Amino acid sequence: MTSETAPAELVRSKEKRNLFRWRPDQQWEAYLFIAPSLIGFTVFVFLAVAASLGISALNWGLSGPKGFVGLENYIQLLRDRVFWKAFGNTVFYIVTIVPLQLAIGLAIAVALNTAIRARDTFRMVYFLPVVTTIVAGAIVFRLILSKTGPLAGLVNGLGDLLNLPLAMPDMLGSTKYSKWSVVILTLWKNVGFTMVVYLAALQGVPQELYDAAHVDGASGWQRFRNVTWPLISPTTFFLFILQTIGAFQLFTEPFVMTRGGPAQSSMPVVQYIYDNAFRFTRMGKASAIAWFLFIFIFGFTLVQNIMQRRWVHYETE
Amino acid sequence: MESTSHHRSPTEMSLPTRYALYAVLILGSVIMLAPFFLMLLVSLFPGEALLTRQFALNQITLNNYAETFSVVPFGRYFVNSTVTAVTVTVVQILISSLAAFAFARLRFRGREPIFLLYLATLMIPAQVTLIPNFLIITRLHIYDTLLALIIPGLFSALSTFLLRQYFRSIPMDLDEAARIDGASSLRIWWQVILPLSWPVMAALGIFTFQATWNDFLWPLVVTSSDTVRTIPIGLSYFVGQYSTAWNLLMAGSVIALLPVLVIYMFAQKSFVQGITLTGLGGR
Repeated sequence: MTSETAPAELVRSKEKRNLFRWRPDQQWEAYLFIAPSLIGFTVFVFLAVAASLGISALNWGLSGPKGFVGLENYIQLLRDRVFWKAFGNTVFYIVTIVPLQLAIGLAIAVALNTAIRARDTFRMVYFLPVVTTIVAGAIVFRLILSKTGPLAGLVNGLGDLLNLPLAMPDMLGSTKYSKWSVVILTLWKNVGFTMVVYLAALQGVPQELYDAAHVDGASGWQRFRNVTWPLISPTTFFLFILQTIGAFQLFTEPFVMTRGGPAQSSMPVVQYIYDNAFRFTRMGKASAIAWFLFIFIFGFTLVQNIMQRRWVHYETE
Repeated sequence: MESTSHHRSPTEMSLPTRYALYAVLILGSVIMLAPFFLMLLVSLFPGEALLTRQFALNQITLNNYAETFSVVPFGRYFVNSTVTAVTVTVVQILISSLAAFAFARLRFRGREPIFLLYLATLMIPAQVTLIPNFLIITRLHIYDTLLALIIPGLFSALSTFLLRQYFRSIPMDLDEAARIDGASSLRIWWQVILPLSWPVMAALGIFTFQATWNDFLWPLVVTSSDTVRTIPIGLSYFVGQYSTAWNLLMAGSVIALLPVLVIYMFAQKSFVQGITLTGLGGR
């Protein structure tokens, strides 16, 4: 982007050189403008990142002595069964939440992008959970999904009515379903975001293309598959990356709903960082996990950016 | 089917399809709203009502709210959340816009490398800086104070980036004209650029306010006493203490949600735009 504009700016800077560009007094003025930001960044970002890398090479419990252990924390992690369990949980969250969220969000957006009445009201309703405090959402879903909660009552009632042995599983208290509770809460909370972004993308698809497809006798599904889907693929790609990074960093939802339990069955990687740092005060280990997380996210983004050429359609091509 | 309609509608639907669509959308809306409804319902009845499933209208009471307020300092949490979110939003945008102004409209040595460095930090997950920032906060002796909640939030690469992009779209002639009139850079920033940048600042402001208000991990890490907690943290401790007192928990949740919901009702469009635009990094 910058390279395109550079020649024009160069020409302009020559023309207006005397007026205000490259005046030496502007140099320090510019530094004054960025100073507040740069100082903050230096302390809380640049130094912090460096410190984090340094701490990850220490065996340090905050108060005790700091022993340099090199890569030991990382090597230990590779053998740490709880770490891999947490990592597996995070992967579970990614492979369930991301596709479901994109699919449901897109479905609602497509439905709302028709000649439908009260579109704004529907949009407001679906977006409502996005702005709410996730802790309150987690609390109410704890009630909804509890063994004696309203959903269990509904399922049992339905079972009685149909004379079927229907029963709600113990969603929060069983190691088998606790992750699904987190998935349900997260979907409820975030689907509105995906929906709004898709809706904006859909409204950018030119009507003429649909009309042309219509004239050619394309069915509704064919029009979606061959017109809509390729044209919104940049949005899908972007949401896919964004939501996956978000799912890598999932913490609050499981923390408030299940505290990662039972038996760490719903604990994500970020909670393992939190527990190690602030419950067991193992700062070195916690930092090493954070760097693993960073590497995973970075690697994922890199791979996706290479893969996108295969399926993302940009209009300029 | 019939002739093409001219409203923005990609598909023409038959009547049954249309009804099916409404049915699905309404069912979806019920699912989205049910948790809010349940929250309100349980919060308005005595604790036994939930067990017996008897919600008689004449039993409606505000006792749960009164009791919740008496055991949890929600007023204090509210003040903490408001002070934190407002300060972070206003100061973050000011600091970011100063830097963005320099990046977009001033020339100085190191401009591009520094900006690239800012951009690179967008890749770094917050968990990496969590522990060092916690240590910095304790070294600065501001652990468990509102300052600990506010200060690290004042610096945002995303805000700086979005503002810089927007500033670049404003014609340079405006600065040049102002300079001929003798205006300083500071004056141009404040009186020319900022007034023209309301749309992006409003979007950023809503996003930042909402994100700070709802933030969980950082306030969890740097607060330990009730007087400093924000609403989400206070609420989560409340769950820890009253795990099955549903009537009280729901009253607490309603109290926690109310401020943001009220703002959302009044500024729905800007909310949706602000959160989506900024959440996508301005793309």
